[in-house]
Amino acid sequence: MTIAESSIGRISDAVRPARGTVFLALTGLLLLSAILSLAIGPTGVSLQSLPRAFAAAAGYANDASAERDRLVLIDIRLPRTLLAAFVGAALATSGAMMQGLFRNPLADPGLIGVSSGAALAAIATIVLGHGIAAPLIAPFGIYALPIAAFFGGLVTTLTLVAIASRRGELAVGTLLLAGIAIGALSGSLGGYISYASDDRELRDLTLWSMGSLSGASWQKVLAVLPFAVAILLVVPRLMRGLNGFLLGEAEAMHLGIDIERTKRLAIATTAAAVGAAVAVAGVIGFVGLVAPHVMRLISGPDHRAVLPGSAILGAILVIVADIIARMAIRPAELPIGIVLALVGAPVFLHLVLRRNISGGG
Amino acid sequence: MGVATRRFAIASAALTLAGLLASTSAVRSGALAADGAPPAGTVRILSLGGDVTEILYALGQSDKIVAVDTTSLFPASALKDKKSVGYLRALSSEGVLSVSPTLIIASEQAGPPEVVKAIKGSGVQYVDVEEKQTAEGVPDKVRRIGRIIGADADAQKLAAKIEADFAALDNDRKQIKVRKKALFVLAVQNGRATVGGTGTGADAILQLAGIDNAAAGVTGYKPVSDEQLAELAPDAVIVMTRGESDRHSGDLALSLPGLSQSPAAQNKSLVEMDGQYLLGFGPRAPSAAHDLMNALYSEPGKTAATP
Repeated sequence: MTIAESSIGRISDAVRPARGTVFLALTGLLLLSAILSLAIGPTGVSLQSLPRAFAAAAGYANDASAERDRLVLIDIRLPRTLLAAFVGAALATSGAMMQGLFRNPLADPGLIGVSSGAALAAIATIVLGHGIAAPLIAPFGIYALPIAAFFGGLVTTLTLVAIASRRGELAVGTLLLAGIAIGALSGSLGGYISYASDDRELRDLTLWSMGSLSGASWQKVLAVLPFAVAILLVVPRLMRGLNGFLLGEAEAMHLGIDIERTKRLAIATTAAAVGAAVAVAGVIGFVGLVAPHVMRLISGPDHRAVLPGSAILGAILVIVADIIARMAIRPAELPIGIVLALVGAPVFLHLVLRRNISGGG
Repeated sequence: MGVATRRFAIASAALTLAGLLASTSAVRSGALAADGAPPAGTVRILSLGGDVTEILYALGQSDKIVAVDTTSLFPASALKDKKSVGYLRALSSEGVLSVSPTLIIASEQAGPPEVVKAIKGSGVQYVDVEEKQTAEGVPDKVRRIGRIIGADADAQKLAAKIEADFAALDNDRKQIKVRKKALFVLAVQNGRATVGGTGTGADAILQLAGIDNAAAGVTGYKPVSDEQLAELAPDAVIVMTRGESDRHSGDLALSLPGLSQSPAAQNKSLVEMDGQYLLGFGPRAPSAAHDLMNALYSEPGKTAATP
């Protein structure tokens, strides 16, 4: 099943909503979820406190309660919301790019080794950070883990691309298979290191692999800002190329698309975006697979709609999931990966089944 | 309007509704927080860590605690009466602030580090308590916590009692002529036992009880194969229980093929103890070590009786 078949066959263009309407609705939902994310939290500080919080931030109010409002709204919820939006957008856009590139609706960013490389680096940092690698890791303090995860992902992807390249051409099939091999390899290395870990480190590993945005801070927002800008700049340049890929690599070339450039650009962007997302929030699955699918159900396979639409939808999904994660068992917090899968999987299943029933007659 | 658009509109409406519901619940929790707002000068302690909570309760400070973490298992009322901010190493900054603590006493295990940093930056007094699993460490912890909360006299008394208990334990330990070795089995999963090696709390309590750790060759809590188990040949197997429902884990451990030939299995020498009591290293640590000693050497002070 290719993406073109899976999406075009069912919903004809006649019943597809106008792209403008869809984007208006999506943007509205994004704004709404962002406002809710700012307004809702276990402390019960509401948006009405926002002016006071800004006053405190600007140094005009210095009583304790204004200071608390500032802390909650501006130092905790705002970076958290921005980070959730970034993580969702980065994962969803990367998922859409990979599904387009591999012409496979099941492709996710993990295919090019970013996640497994980032996970291996994270495991190594958590476990060896107290042991032999301590002098190496100590100078980075609490940022050692995100930094390691980001570069772990990047290095793995670069290795894969080098393996799959012959005479300047990137073989997508080889990339896929080599990705599986590298994934297994880093999985085994990670397994070996976690075998050597103590129970506490093991629990840290488990928690990291379920993802969380509770460690959001302005430093992290600033750190991902360049990646957000990069995605915004690159994605428009990939839409046409990926549309060509829907027909096949050779066909795309005959359409006059620079396929090598498209492949490399898509992979580099995905590696950077997913690496940054994993670095700040741990492993968050599901969004990268589901957001592009839902977007294709709504607007068809055209990447001019799928790529930006997935970005907005991914951001909405992660923001909403994060609100649930922090409120469900307050004052404690659920890992966001659990929320996303628990709420998202049945909804996704419902969408798929309904589409098959209504489309298949 | 097409099918997809309608579906999309319904989904948007549902999401908006969910958002509204969530915001009303936020308003409600906001009202709660306002009601429970502390009068000025009241100490509201957030206790993070099983040992910290146990010490605070032992010092009679329980009424000052507003919330605990999920590792605060003793006394059982702690998690029942107080709010829980979740697992010690997966805290949430806003969750912690939402219980409006004025003082956070936290085991050094508290995390993740970014959240701890944010909490420390919030202006709430935050005190790290080192995790010490030794006879000197436990009374030190008690004195330190006593100083922080201004219960110095009580803390001195409690620390002195713990020291006396440890001294008595020390005395009994010296009477042991033939030491036995025991194996601490943390869990049995898929027919494989995870045992407590050196550097674990289990190892520390075994040493205090005058028992050799059969798994001294292992570092940390590690799964070991049946073949390795057979080599260890412990005189007794120690398991933790988590309440009455967990009675079978000991039998499960003894029935492992690797242990079937061991003296422990042959003599049905199994010690089951509550996890927080055995490994909590709070005020009850000397008593836990004593219980363990008595369980293995039925008459402490003499040559270990052959069972």
